[in-house]
Amino acid sequence: MPSQLKAPELSKVDQERLAQSGIDLAMKNRCGSYLQMDQEVVHAECMQEGMEVLSYKKAMEKYDWLKEYNWKVVSSEKDDVTKYVAAQKEPKGYVIIAHKGSSNILPIQACLFLGRDQIQHVHNIIIAEEDSELHIISGCTSGAHVGKGGAHYGISEFYVKKNAKISFTMIHTWSENIEVYPRSASRVEENGVFLSNYVCMHPVKKVQMYPTATLSGENSVARFSSIVIASPTSYMDLGSRAILEGKGSSAELITRAITKGGTIISRGHIQGKTAGTRGHLECKGLILQDGMIYAIPEIEGSVVGTELSHEAAVGKLARDEIEYLMSRGLDEDEATATIIRGFLDVKITGLPDALQKQIDATIDVAEKAGF
Amino acid sequence: MLHIEDLHVKVGEKEVLHDINLHINEGETHVLLGPNGSGKTTLLMTIMGFSNYTITEGKILFKGEDVTKMHAHERAKRGMGMLFQRPPTISGLKLGKILTAISHDKGENIPELARSVHMDGFLERDINKGFSGGEIKRSEVLQLLIQNPDFIMLDEPESGVDLENISLIGAAIGSLLEKDKHIIKRQKSGLVITHTGYILDYLETDRGHVMCDGQIKCHGNPREILMDIKQRGYKECLECRHN
Ligand SMILES: Nc1ncnc2c1ncn2[C@@H]1O[C@H](COP(=O)(O)OP(=O)(O)OP(=O)(O)O)[C@@H](O)[C@H]1O
Ligand SMILES: [Mg+2]
Repeated sequence: MPSQLKAPELSKVDQERLAQSGIDLAMKNRCGSYLQMDQEVVHAECMQEGMEVLSYKKAMEKYDWLKEYNWKVVSSEKDDVTKYVAAQKEPKGYVIIAHKGSSNILPIQACLFLGRDQIQHVHNIIIAEEDSELHIISGCTSGAHVGKGGAHYGISEFYVKKNAKISFTMIHTWSENIEVYPRSASRVEENGVFLSNYVCMHPVKKVQMYPTATLSGENSVARFSSIVIASPTSYMDLGSRAILEGKGSSAELITRAITKGGTIISRGHIQGKTAGTRGHLECKGLILQDGMIYAIPEIEGSVVGTELSHEAAVGKLARDEIEYLMSRGLDEDEATATIIRGFLDVKITGLPDALQKQIDATIDVAEKAGF
Repeated sequence: MLHIEDLHVKVGEKEVLHDINLHINEGETHVLLGPNGSGKTTLLMTIMGFSNYTITEGKILFKGEDVTKMHAHERAKRGMGMLFQRPPTISGLKLGKILTAISHDKGENIPELARSVHMDGFLERDINKGFSGGEIKRSEVLQLLIQNPDFIMLDEPESGVDLENISLIGAAIGSLLEKDKHIIKRQKSGLVITHTGYILDYLETDRGHVMCDGQIKCHGNPREILMDIKQRGYKECLECRHN
């Protein structure tokens, strides 16, 4: 039996916020956990055969070869955030390894909790070795009472080996005074699949990220899906990039963005460098209150035989749709919430049920609160 | 059930309906006939309470209450319902989810009702997205089966529907309108728009009205009027205008 996550000093409210981020403290539907509160590694374990969840520090001590994966897809010199994390004497974060041929049905959960005013920094390395299948849910949350504010700097390096698959679902539940700077990148080898999902239904001061997937292997696949709502005070600069290098590789970048007055910059970039590659970028935005949705889709093809496309649309709720539902007896708020819920409904191909349900549940909670 | 008095309606800047009077008693089903563009759908949308149909004069009484200024959902809550000629497509919104929302946990057996109109395979589809003409009508009927209104407006329920499905839809609408009940016990009322009249084979109707150029020009026995129109077209209606 998996042990419960020990997080003694968490209030009921904070536990609730963790649950909304997909963290299952009872560990019923998870096969492993990493919990970091501020800079303290509280928990790191994995029950799944063939998989390991280790703190960054322990992992580096245990496996000498990990050096080959350290600051390799993300450069430590990239920007102030990476430099800050690279300069830490006591680096934090987790390493998750799916050894050859292993696979998990119940996901591993990684929980990063920010409780006090400060910068929380992590450096994560995630490796799926040949023929493995690894599913992770990452819940990032701040306590309901984080004084003046704080920041989260998170480096994540993903390595998807031949015939392997990683799905990484990140759910943010921050608050108005937190700034978040994830820096992540992945390398996907032959027949590898990388799914990256991002959900943020809660206010945040600022998020800025632009994860990149390099599809180096033949027939490798990357799918990025982002489902976000910007509150009036939120500034979200989000993007994702796929570099199609391997023959037959393909990528899909999907965004659903709603602003209730905040700013969302939705970037996307697909580079087709090899024949037989395909990429599609889709951004749909809904403006509920004056704010900004700025979609910047970029597709860049440089060889004959790469096929890239994008569609972007920003609009408002359609009155005739709302009234159609009202004529069935739903009041205006119910009708509106029902349509927004539909707008946010993205079914992610290849994602296990448990994770799709978690994403749905997180959005359902936001729907109940009237978005 | 429904009393409309001296109703004038504008769509945008244009007055589309002029001086409409209509009375439908409890238990009665009326038929609304009229050429394309004459204002039939406009009348139904106005009765339902859609906001881009502006009532400039007149009033609508429903079950004795003035609903002229009410929103669509308030009218629906009071027992109005409508089958749309051209319902919108709502991206991402599953038919099943709408049905659950309409039922408001009243405990209807959604899967069974869906099966009854052969829509059980559509619950996970986005509403109306890629639905064929007949599927749209069946989805509309299904929503009404769950909503179960007292007064049902049907905007061309049979157009684009094959014969087999007309009988399916006709039977479902018949049961919604309590056509199986004895006339004295029947409490539900309807207003049906039709061009072909096929639906009338499944619904006994009480009275017909002909709309031309935004006005109701004549009233009478629905089958007789329909027969007349089939033989002579709407020409006489149009001539009526000049009287
Ligand atoms: N939103 C709108 N903007 C402009 N004109 C409109 C609008 N809605 C309806 N109209 C006009 O009002 C008139 C009546 O339209 P309506 O849809 O009510 O006709 P109908 O009798 O239902 O026709 P059909 O038999 O073709 O369904 C038409 O001339 C139509 O173009
Ligand atoms: Mg019409």
